[in-house]
Amino acid sequence: MDNDRLTRRGVLGTGVALTALHGTAFGQTAIPQTAPPATPPPSDVPPMDVGLRVNGADHALKLDPRTTLLDALRDHLGLTGTKKGCDHGQCGACTVLIDGVRRNSCLNLAVSCDKREITTIEGLGTEQAMHPMQAAFLEHDGFQCGYCTPGQICSAVGMLKEIKRGLPSAVTEDLKAQAMQVAEHEIRERMSGNICRCAAYPNIVAAILQAAGKVPA
Amino acid sequence: MRAFTYERPNDLDGALQGIAKPGAKFLAGGTNLLDLMKVEVEAPQHLVDVSRLPLSNIADEPGGGLRIGATVTNSDLAGDRKVRERYPLLSQALLNGASGQLRNQATTAGNLLQRTRCFYFYDTSMPCNKRVPGSGCAALRGFNRIHAVLGASDACIAVHPSDMAVAMAALDAEVEVRSAKGTRRLKLADLYRLPGNTPHQETTLAPGELITAVILPVPPAGRQIYRKVRDRASYAFALVSVAALIGIENGKVKAARIALGGVAPKPWRALEAEKLMIGNAASPDLYGAAGEATINGAHGHGHNDFKIPLAARTVARALGDAAAQNKG
Repeated sequence: MDNDRLTRRGVLGTGVALTALHGTAFGQTAIPQTAPPATPPPSDVPPMDVGLRVNGADHALKLDPRTTLLDALRDHLGLTGTKKGCDHGQCGACTVLIDGVRRNSCLNLAVSCDKREITTIEGLGTEQAMHPMQAAFLEHDGFQCGYCTPGQICSAVGMLKEIKRGLPSAVTEDLKAQAMQVAEHEIRERMSGNICRCAAYPNIVAAILQAAGKVPA
Repeated sequence: MRAFTYERPNDLDGALQGIAKPGAKFLAGGTNLLDLMKVEVEAPQHLVDVSRLPLSNIADEPGGGLRIGATVTNSDLAGDRKVRERYPLLSQALLNGASGQLRNQATTAGNLLQRTRCFYFYDTSMPCNKRVPGSGCAALRGFNRIHAVLGASDACIAVHPSDMAVAMAALDAEVEVRSAKGTRRLKLADLYRLPGNTPHQETTLAPGELITAVILPVPPAGRQIYRKVRDRASYAFALVSVAALIGIENGKVKAARIALGGVAPKPWRALEAEKLMIGNAASPDLYGAAGEATINGAHGHGHNDFKIPLAARTVARALGDAAAQNKG
């Protein structure tokens, strides 16, 4: 690797550190940074057989055990609808449904998902036959740049299932209630694991309310 | 991420054999372990995936308690009908932690054993006694706004990040542990060590031991609450959190449980504050006094000084709010 190469990450990191030092006492430890090594260390571990069932199709792959589900989807199966944002489970851009449950694909090893049923944005609908959630996002402009959108949509689909099966949230007034409400404050809380840096949140909430049948289309 | 080998044994015995391999670690939900492996703070040579072992049941204990399997997800635990009715503060604590996706993935035992979110622990270019024993603590004179005010040492001021464990501490939970040698049970309070001079030793688990269940005893009669103070309304670690239970009879406090999160290297049970309350007239003054007792011996490190009065006030507020809740 070329250590002298000026990287975007490096430039941004230096900027943050300088800004931080301006506002703090002399002699204080610099603001911490967290960055994974640019290239993965070599491995002499042989690839493993992994059977991934994605959007109803079975795939037999041979993967380095380090491969995350996210990287397997994007780099090995060409399903690039699922996005890599932070790669640390903080942004939600990589959200997919695993056995029908929304999870961060960046925090799952592909080998751990062997034989699980994976649904990605490509499996929800097509341009000709959109999933109601996809159609609602389009209608309400639930995005600007669109990078977080596949994760938002998969998350929203999983979230509505959680409401349907009666799972409460941190803002649910009556924890003991049998039926959970689809309401704006509930959606905002339940969708907090999906960050939208364009801040399209009002439209995302409107789209989800429509897809849930709470407002007329 | 460093290279590792991987296995997913079919049963507990297989898992206990697998963990005997050099540099082996258990993998359950992986929300914390995989994250730390990516930044090479963790570098196991071998992963033993226990996520599909039959440890995902929630069952009544003889005598009225509840037994929670180690791999029950945070979502399933929070949503469990028995937990919501009998241990509502545990449901609240879980629902106030992480995000929907993470709660669907993270497990009960993994949540107990998650590592601190201290920035310097994550930053491998910085000294950290927890990550590299003897290298120093960058947080002591660094950005320590999120750090501990109770139970810390000069070697480490990191906090335990769990909400769930705070609720379980208040509920007097016990932990069931399996190893090749057999099964043992210990109090959750005895699971965690304070950092002292060895902050890299976080628990009393021996190498090769696997948490298989958490057992909740019948809680004292009373009203329960979990209150969390954080920088944003959702999806953030606690600055201060309080799990509280208060039982009042004829105007006097008959039962009191107080545990705090975000302030100490482990879920922090405030036994002195609890004792002070028992038998006294339930009143805002008493809740305030309990809050003050909670921060006995607390000290800050600059940026986190605010946590000391915040902890006292959050305890007082939580007790008052719990007492004011509708019965039932």
